[in-house]
Amino acid sequence: MTGRFPYHAGRGGPRRRSQGVAVLAVSNLEVVYDDVILVLRGVSLQVPQGSIVALLGANGAGKTTLLRAISGLLDVHEGEVTKGRITLDGEEIHHLDAPRIVRLGIKQVLEGRRVLAEFTVEENLRVGAHAARGRALGDDLDRVFTLFPVLRDRRRRTAGYLSGGEQQMLAMGRALMSDPRYLLLDEPSLGLAPLLVQQIRDLIVAINEQGTTVLLVEQNATMALGIAGHGYVLETGKVVMDKPSADLLADDDVREFYLGLGGDGRRSFRDVKHYKRRKRWLS
Amino acid sequence: MARFLGALFGGLGQGSAYALIALGFVVIYRSTKVVSFAQPSLMVAGATAVSYLAAGGDALLPFWVAVPVAMLLTGLLAAGVERVALRPMVGKPVFTVAIITIGVDIVLRVIVNRLIGVNIRAVGDPWGLSVVTVGGIPLQVRFLAMMAALTLVIAALGAFFRYARVGLAMRATAHDQEVALAQGISVGSVFALSWAIAGALAALAGMFVGTSSGIDQNTWIIALKALPAIVIGGLDSIGGAVVGGLVVGLVEALVATYQPAWLGENFALVSPYVLLLLVLLVRPYGLFGTREVERV
Ligand SMILES: Nc1ncnc2c1ncn2[C@@H]1O[C@H](COP(=O)(O)OP(=O)(O)OP(=O)(O)O)[C@@H](O)[C@H]1O
Ligand SMILES: [Mg+2]
Repeated sequence: MTGRFPYHAGRGGPRRRSQGVAVLAVSNLEVVYDDVILVLRGVSLQVPQGSIVALLGANGAGKTTLLRAISGLLDVHEGEVTKGRITLDGEEIHHLDAPRIVRLGIKQVLEGRRVLAEFTVEENLRVGAHAARGRALGDDLDRVFTLFPVLRDRRRRTAGYLSGGEQQMLAMGRALMSDPRYLLLDEPSLGLAPLLVQQIRDLIVAINEQGTTVLLVEQNATMALGIAGHGYVLETGKVVMDKPSADLLADDDVREFYLGLGGDGRRSFRDVKHYKRRKRWLS
Repeated sequence: MARFLGALFGGLGQGSAYALIALGFVVIYRSTKVVSFAQPSLMVAGATAVSYLAAGGDALLPFWVAVPVAMLLTGLLAAGVERVALRPMVGKPVFTVAIITIGVDIVLRVIVNRLIGVNIRAVGDPWGLSVVTVGGIPLQVRFLAMMAALTLVIAALGAFFRYARVGLAMRATAHDQEVALAQGISVGSVFALSWAIAGALAALAGMFVGTSSGIDQNTWIIALKALPAIVIGGLDSIGGAVVGGLVVGLVEALVATYQPAWLGENFALVSPYVLLLLVLLVRPYGLFGTREVERV
C-alpha cells in the first residue's frame, strides 16, 4: 500500500494539458459484439493522470472488452461502442482507430503477453517504437532496458524462448517504447509464480513513478489493490463497486470473492447474506 | 556437358523471373493472408509500361530509367487496387477475397490488352539475344540480368524487412494483427504497401519476360508459372518463393533440353505443373512451410 491516492504527482506537470483536468474518462459505455452480444452495459470509470487504477472482475465480466474499447481494438473483434463515450482530457476518442489512439499516448498490453515469438527481443521492442517517430530509438531502448535489465541481456534472443515472466516484461517494455502517457495492462500477473508477480507489481509502481498513468486489469486483487489508489469492480458488464483501494480491501464481499479471505469455514447465515449481495451485483 | 550447363543457366535465369512474381504472391499473402490472383495482370501492366516508356525510336525514357518508373507506376496501381477493391473486404472470408482478386485480374487485363494491341510489343531492353562466352560456354546476357536482378531484390527485401521501421511493421502485421495495431501500426497501410511491393516486383518480372521475345496479349499466362513455385516453396516463405521459382525454371529448361520424343514437343511447358502435383503428393504444405517457434 503506497497511499498515493488519488493523484500521484508523477511527471504530470509539463505534459498536462492547460485546460481542464488531465483524465481518461469512460462514461456510460455500452459495447456490443457481433451486433447482438451486449457485453458492457453502461460502464463509467475515471483514470486521472498520474494514478494507478485497478479494474477487477471475474472471468467474462468485460474487463478486456473495456480496454479494447479504450484503445480502439474492438474492430478486430467485431465489437462496437453503441452508447456512451470515452474521452482523453475532454476530447472524445472512441471514434478513433487504434493507430490514432496510440499516437495520443494510450498503449495497451494485451492479455497473454502476445510477444512476437519469432522476432528477437530487440525487434519486438523496435515494433513497440513504431509510433515513436522522430525520437531516438537508442534512448527509448535505454529507458526500457533500465527498467527491465533482463531484456538487455536477452536482446538478441528469440522472444518465443523467453520464460513467462520475461515475456511479460517484454510485452510491457514493448508498449513503453513509445513513451505512452497511459498504459493499459491486461492481467500482467496471469500465470506467473508469486515471486514474479511481486516483481511485476514493483515494476508497475516504477513505471508509474516515472510518470505513466496505469489502468491495471487484474484477477489478482491483492496485488492490484496493493498498488492502486482506486479500484473498480466489474460484474457482467456493470461497475458494481467504485472505491479507494483501502475501502475495497476492507470490504467483506471483495474479501470473499476476490481475495479468497473471510470464508474460514463459516457457512451459515453470512453465506446467505453474501449470496443475496452477489445476486444484486449480477442483476 | 555444354548442353547441360546451358539448360542449367537458362533455367536459373528464367526461374529468377518466376521467383520475382512468386515473391509478390508471398509478400501479399504474409500481410493479408489472401492469395492474390491479380499478379498476372500486374506483370503485363508493368511490362506494358516499360514498353510505352522505353521501346521504339522515340522512347520517352532511357531503359534504365523506364524500368524503375514502371515499377513505381505498377506499385501505385497495385496499391490503388488494394485500397479500392480489397480493403472494403477486410474481415470477409479469404476465399471470397481471392475470387475478387481474380475479378481484378480480368478487368486489368482487358485494359492492358487494349494498350498492348494486337501485335507483339518490344520492351526496349538492351540485351535482346546477345551472348557472352564464359569458359567456352555461351551465356545469354538477359539471363545474367535476371539473376542479378533477383539477387538485388532478395538483398533489398531482406534488409527492408530486417532493418526498416516499416518493414518490421509489415512482419509484425503478418504475425499478429492485433499486436501490430496495439503498437500503432496502421494495418491498412501495411496491406497497401504489400500490394505495392508485389506490383513493383511483378513489373520487373514482366519486363524480363518481355525481353527478346516482346509481349503480347497472352504474355500473362507466364505469370501462372509462379503458382507451382509458391506451392513448392510454401505461400509464406520468401526463401521458398525464390527456391520455388528457380526450381520451376530449372525443371522447365531441363525437360525442354532432354525430353524424349514420345512426350511430345511441348511437355516442357506443362512440366512445372506436373512438378506441382508431385510436390503436393509428398509435402502438402510445400517444402518451406514456416516452423513456429513455441516454448514448451
Ligand atoms: N470477440 C467476441 N465476440 C463475442 N463475444 C465476446 C468476444 N470477446 C469477448 N466476448 C464476450 O464478452 C464477455 C466479456 O469478455 P471479456 O474478454 O471482456 O471478459 P474479461 O473480463 O476480460 O474476462 P477474463 O478475465 O476471462 O479475461 C464474455 O462473455 C465473452 O464471452
Ligand atoms: Mg480478459
